[in-house]
Amino acid sequence: MNEQPALLPPVDVVEDESGITLYADLPGVPKDKLSVQADGETLIIDGEMALEMPKDLEATHVEVSLPRYRRVFSLSKELDPNKLSAELKHGVLKLRIQKAERVKPRRIEVTG
Amino acid sequence: MELSLFPRDFVAELDRLHRQVQRAFEISPSIRGFARGGFPALNVASTPQSVEIYAFAPGLEPKSIDVQLERGVLSIAGERKPAVPEEPERATVHVNERFAGHFHRVVTLSDDLDPNEVRAAYREGVLHVSIKRLQSALPRRVNVS
Repeated sequence: MNEQPALLPPVDVVEDESGITLYADLPGVPKDKLSVQADGETLIIDGEMALEMPKDLEATHVEVSLPRYRRVFSLSKELDPNKLSAELKHGVLKLRIQKAERVKPRRIEVTG
Repeated sequence: MELSLFPRDFVAELDRLHRQVQRAFEISPSIRGFARGGFPALNVASTPQSVEIYAFAPGLEPKSIDVQLERGVLSIAGERKPAVPEEPERATVHVNERFAGHFHRVVTLSDDLDPNEVRAAYREGVLHVSIKRLQSALPRRVNVS
């Protein structure tokens, strides 16, 4: 477990019939410094910034004070952690988690 | 003193206190409102030769960002589209924390900057603006004969 202090990135979570889409703002994090883990019931997003900074830099105004983001979610049972796809573009992580086949709502034909 | 609606909510209390302390220590409250908490978040730093501004503005098209420098005032503006579900009528939004809409942030910088020496780059959702100081403003070593 990584317990270094970290910023809580803002997220949007949208659910539809086949799964959940999560968007997380992770500005400054390159692909190789991002880790997305889904083990069982927990989803952990962990990212470290890599900003290009010149030498002898002296901060005069700081709103983003930590170089790391971390956020943990608990996944509900119907989501399949094996069916997860992640895409990182312009500092936004888009995560798609599919629902397990058996729990997708099925329309039941009514005959008679 | 603001009263919390749920005084026993320890986290909310802490958050409120944190805000109050932050406001109290805000060195120069700007006429455009409290600087913190806006989009994009800004970090400003300086070196002897330049001023470096980092705007944490993820999810934008680099070409759509409007960056202007006029008389030592830097302005960053643009728009961020909301994360719209593909079929809105069949989707449920559970959490909606990310900023969406038009934004415009203004930073007043020192007046020894060279408006012709500005570089702006957008990488991994961070806009980095680097402005060189005027040559005439750089400290110069004076030879003593």
